[in-house]
Amino acid sequence: MMKQRMPIAVLATLVLGLSAGCHKKIPPPPPQAPAPVPENAPPSTKPAISYFTAEPTTVTVGQPSSLRWSVADATSVRIDNAIGEVSPNGRRGVYPTATTTYHLTATGPGGTSEADATVTVSSPPPPAPMQTAPQPTIQEILAKQVQDVHFDYDKSDIRAEDQAIIQGDAGALKTVFQMDANFVVTIEGHCDERGSAEYNLALGDRRAAATKDALISLGVPGDKLKTVSFGKERPICTEAMEDCYARNRRAHFSAAQ
Amino acid sequence: MRILTVSISFFLALAFVSARQQVVGTIEKNPGKPLVAVADFRATGTTAPTLMATFNSTVQNDLQGSPVINFIPKTLYPLRIPQVPNDLAAGLAQANAKPAPTPGFRLADWYAPPAKANYLGIGYGAEDRGLFVVFAYLYTTAPNITDLQQAQVFGKVYTASLDQSGAIDAAHHYAADILAQFGGQSLIGTRIVFVSDRTGAKEIWTMNWDGTDQKQITKYNSISTFPSASPDGRIVAFTTYASGYPAIQLFSLDTGRKLPFYNQRASMNAFVSFTPDSKQIVFSSTAGSGAAQLYMANADGSGFRRITSSGAIEVEAKINPKTGTDIVDVSGRSGLPQIYRMNIEGADVQRLSAGTGEATNPSWSPDGSHIAFAWTKGFEPGNYNIFVMDVITKDTTQLTAAEGRNENPGWSPDGAHIVYASKRGRQSQIWVMNADGTGKHPLTSAGNNEKPVWVNAEK
Repeated sequence: MMKQRMPIAVLATLVLGLSAGCHKKIPPPPPQAPAPVPENAPPSTKPAISYFTAEPTTVTVGQPSSLRWSVADATSVRIDNAIGEVSPNGRRGVYPTATTTYHLTATGPGGTSEADATVTVSSPPPPAPMQTAPQPTIQEILAKQVQDVHFDYDKSDIRAEDQAIIQGDAGALKTVFQMDANFVVTIEGHCDERGSAEYNLALGDRRAAATKDALISLGVPGDKLKTVSFGKERPICTEAMEDCYARNRRAHFSAAQ
Repeated sequence: MRILTVSISFFLALAFVSARQQVVGTIEKNPGKPLVAVADFRATGTTAPTLMATFNSTVQNDLQGSPVINFIPKTLYPLRIPQVPNDLAAGLAQANAKPAPTPGFRLADWYAPPAKANYLGIGYGAEDRGLFVVFAYLYTTAPNITDLQQAQVFGKVYTASLDQSGAIDAAHHYAADILAQFGGQSLIGTRIVFVSDRTGAKEIWTMNWDGTDQKQITKYNSISTFPSASPDGRIVAFTTYASGYPAIQLFSLDTGRKLPFYNQRASMNAFVSFTPDSKQIVFSSTAGSGAAQLYMANADGSGFRRITSSGAIEVEAKINPKTGTDIVDVSGRSGLPQIYRMNIEGADVQRLSAGTGEATNPSWSPDGSHIAFAWTKGFEPGNYNIFVMDVITKDTTQLTAAEGRNENPGWSPDGAHIVYASKRGRQSQIWVMNADGTGKHPLTSAGNNEKPVWVNAEK
C-alpha cells in the first residue's frame, strides 16, 4: 500500500511548495499544539507490596524479630511503631515488649497500599503474688526471736528490765511448740567468771529455773522446757570487764538434745 | 651531854654484838622440835654420781617441809663430811689428836655450834647390778651416848632404778624414814587428783604428790570436774556433763575403771564428800526442786535422804575427816557465799566465815582442827586468796597475797602441806606450799590445771 500512498504525499508536498513559491498567498495556519491529555487518563497501578513479614512471629520478651518487606511502585514506604520511613525493600530487627502489629503504608502515584505484620510476645508467667511475710523455721525463731535473759551479780530473779524479753520469748516459744508438738527447748543457766565454779554451778541452775518458771506463768507448756546449768564453764567472752561479765550472766535457749 | 651520848652508843654497840652472837644458828621453824642435819651424799660409779644432786635436794625439800623436825641449813655444817660409820669411828679415835683434826668426823662436831644438830644423816650412793643403791644412816648426836652403835638410829640400803626418778624415789623413802622417827607421816604413795584441760577438754587427772607421773583418768571429751577422793585412797568422785547434765561418777583409782553410782533425777548432782570409813557420802543435788541442797547416801548413791532445807544454795559439803560427825559447806543463805558448819544431820548450823566478801572451797585439816578456804577478803569479787582458820577460835591466817587468784586448797595427809590452784594471767596451775604459807612451788605447767585434791595412800 505504501507505494500507492507515496505519490499522493509527494504530490501534496509539491503542491504546497509550489503554492508557496509561486505567488503571495494567505500563510497556512501554524501547526496546532498537540491535543491536551484528557482528565481520565488510563490509571497507573498502586504500590505493590510483595511481602511484609515478621520472622519469627512469636518471641519472648527481649528476643528480636525481623521485619522484612518488599514494595514496588511506591514513592514512600512507612512503618508505624516508631520505625518511620524506610526504603522500599528492607528488613529491620524489632524488640517488642508486648504483642505488636506493625503497619506498613506504601504510597505511590498509583495510590496507597498497606500491610500488617504481627509479632506475638509470649512472657514467662508472672511471680506468684507476694506473701506478707515468709514463714521462719523453728531454728530461726530460736536463734533470732527467743532472746537471752540477763541477771544481776549473785542473783537469779528476773529483773524488771527483762520482763519484755520474757514476754517476747514466751510468744515465740508458744509458736515453736505449735509448729512442732514434739519439740523441746533447753534453758541453759550461765554465770560470770568471778565467783567460784562450785557456787556458780548451783547459781546457773537457779537462773535457768527462774526463767522456766516465768515462761510457764505466761502459758508456755512446762513439759517442753528443760533446764541445765553450765555454771561458768561456757562463757561467751573472757575479758575481765563488767561488760563481759554482764553478758555471761544469762539464761540461753537451745534445742534440747 | 656528850659523855651520855657516847655511853649510850657504847652500850648499844655492846648489846648489838651480844645479840649477834645469839642470832647465829637456826631460826627454828618448829619450836621445840628436833634439829636434824643431813649432809650431802656423794657416789661411786659412772651414773650414780649424776643422780646425787637430785637425791640430796629431794631429801632436803622433804625434810624442810615437815612440821615434826627442823632441818638445819647446810651453810652451818662442819667442813668435813662423814660418809660411812667408819668415818665416825675414825673421828672418835682422833678425838684427842694434836693438832685437832678438821671438824666434821666426830658427832660432837655436829652437836656443837654452829650446827647444833640433835641428829645427823650420812651416807653415799653407788651402782649395783644396774641399780641405784644408797647406803644411808641416821645418828643421834646426844653427848651422853659415846658408843657409836648405840648412837645409830638406823642404817638402811635403798634400791631404785639407776635414773633421776630412781634418785627421787630413794630420797623420798630415806626422808620418810627419818621423819617417821619423830612421828612424821610419810607422803609416799599419796596422790593428787585434779582437773586438766591440756587435751582440749576438762578431764580428771592424777599425779604423785610431788608432781611426777601425771596421768589422765577420764576421756569423756566433755566437761569433767569437781573431783574428790575417798579416805581409803581407792575412789575418785567427780561431776561430768558426759550425759548432758552435771552428774556424779565414781572411778576406781586402782583399776581406772568406772564404778556404779546412782544419780537422782535432777538437773544437777555434784560435790561428793566421803565419811571417814569411805562408805557413805554427802553431796549437793537439785532433786527436790529449788536451790541445790545437801543429801546423804551410800557411796554408790543409793539410800539417799536430804539433810538441809535452807531454801538457799548449799554446795561443797566437806565431812570432818577426824570425827565424821560434822560438816562444813558453802551456803548462800545470808547473801553472798559464806562457809557454814553443821552436824551430819544438818542441824546446829553456825557461820564460820566472817561474813564479808565471798568465802568458798573449805577443806578440813586431817586432824579436824583447821579449815583452809578461799576468800575475797578486802578485795573485789574474784580476787581470792588462801586462808587457814582454827575452827574453835576462828583465828584466821592469810597464806597467799598478790600472787594471782588462789583457790581450792587441799590439805596433805600429814597436815603439813596445802595444795591449791593459782591463776596468774590467763592460766591456772597447781601449786603446793607448807601449811604456814612458805615454800610455794608449782607442780604443773601444761594447759590449765585446777581443783587439786590430796588423796591418802591406799589403805
